[in-house]
Amino acid sequence: MQLNRRSFGLLAAAAAGATALPRAAFADEALVKEAIMAFTGGVEPTEGGVTLGAPEIAENGNTVPIEVSAGDGTEAIMILAAGNPNPGVATFHFTKLSGEIAATTRIRLAKTQDVIAVARLGDGSFGMTRREVKVTIGGCGG
Amino acid sequence: MSNVKPRVKVPKKAEVGEIITIKTLISHPMESGQRKDRSTGELIPRKIINRFTASFNGETVFWTELEPAVSSNPYIEFSVKFPGEGTFRFEWVDDDGTVYDLEKDVKVG
Amino acid sequence: MRGTVAILGASALAIAGFAGFGIADEEAELVVEGETLVSRVAAPEWHPLDQLMSGWVFRSDETQALQLDDFENPGFAAITLAEEVWETAAGTSGKSCADCHGDAGEAMKGLRAQMPKWSETAGEPWTLEDWINWSRTEHQGAEAWKWESDEMLAMTAFIGLQSRGMPVNVQIDGPMEEWWERGKELYYTRVGQLDLACYHCHEGNYGNMIRADHLSQGQVNGFPVYRLKWGKLGSIHRRFKGCMENIRAVPYKRGSDEFTALELYVASRGMGLSVETPSVRN
Repeated sequence: MQLNRRSFGLLAAAAAGATALPRAAFADEALVKEAIMAFTGGVEPTEGGVTLGAPEIAENGNTVPIEVSAGDGTEAIMILAAGNPNPGVATFHFTKLSGEIAATTRIRLAKTQDVIAVARLGDGSFGMTRREVKVTIGGCGG
Repeated sequence: MSNVKPRVKVPKKAEVGEIITIKTLISHPMESGQRKDRSTGELIPRKIINRFTASFNGETVFWTELEPAVSSNPYIEFSVKFPGEGTFRFEWVDDDGTVYDLEKDVKVG
Repeated sequence: MRGTVAILGASALAIAGFAGFGIADEEAELVVEGETLVSRVAAPEWHPLDQLMSGWVFRSDETQALQLDDFENPGFAAITLAEEVWETAAGTSGKSCADCHGDAGEAMKGLRAQMPKWSETAGEPWTLEDWINWSRTEHQGAEAWKWESDEMLAMTAFIGLQSRGMPVNVQIDGPMEEWWERGKELYYTRVGQLDLACYHCHEGNYGNMIRADHLSQGQVNGFPVYRLKWGKLGSIHRRFKGCMENIRAVPYKRGSDEFTALELYVASRGMGLSVETPSVRN
């Protein structure tokens, strides 16, 4: 087979994908797990108890609006981005003076990935939710 | 003059016990430490706002730890159950130790 | 929490099988702080298009929402800086902008809508950046600001804001005509390795996707613009430069005669749209 540039590119991508992709995904999840365990003190969070609002598709990964909320008495909500170089994003801490247990911010997502919210709930248990945000590779112009 | 400017939106008046929304934004590049300088190829050192705290008459109301994945000009919105007349104080802590702050008085009414 | 509504709205649409790829409702009205801005308008007779549309129209729900509330618009951090600079003495004159111009809301109203504007002093059109630096060097005895500096971006945003809602209305006749023709020529000239001109994307293909990007008409009525991609405000000439780099052309310099002529021509293609400064784009 004669290699032209396009087929070479495809081969290179396939070769890289076969070795690098599963390993990278594993590394991401290990870091995510580590961050969650550090937050919960080793307790496995249960599904739910916290809601996460984020766009289905982000027009630019540099500024993605997100909102988290949970029930009364929730002490803290941690946000993670599973596909960023480091998964940590922000942790919101609430108090007795808090109104609704909710906070909004804007975050950076390096690529299409899951955003995760983990909450320390009022009864001392931990809740978790995750949601995929697609990041488009766009933004013409410098 | 510093180019880092904090902004806060808080109602001037509220009823005691009313839930009020507080919006905050500070102009800051949130340099992630992941970016390279195009001319030298060197990594630009991390320099972010790493902590935001809101307090009311000295008591902490809400606080946030921030990582480099928070966007430049960090925007944080949250709410407070208005405790009565007093002063909200907002503080943003930079990696270099600088603390940017702003105070807002809220009256009952 | 308006942002939440937009987010929920977008996901509801996606679930309903909306194939618009995150593209907002193109009929949406641009209402900023209670004031309705003109984001669609019939084109003047000479114009190659029938209807002029603000770049805001082409953005996703979430990006659109950021411009509707001056507090949520991250471009306003720079307005806070400019308000201080306006009142601060600079240069050998020891005078601030306010010392001569007074209240910016009155003195600067309408200026942005006319930019670039003919300078009798120089015998050429000046952009807002040129006018500001002339005032700094001639009147304040201060150093000129760099085109893309925090101070210049803040000041052009602040002065521009005083014209928000006013229709773009640049002079294209008289001494400006020659410059306008030059800008028009640049607009239709193919450049770069991709051999494209402005009109290929922004006249012939607005509304279409170029890879993951939703092409607009390339209007400049909202500049300086807060781009999510840049994470800060940027000038018209930075945008032109980025466009040229994308088509693998050697860009002209910020403040060059070429970009000033192009700014004039592109501004004229948005006649009647409201000034939106500082707008928010992707």
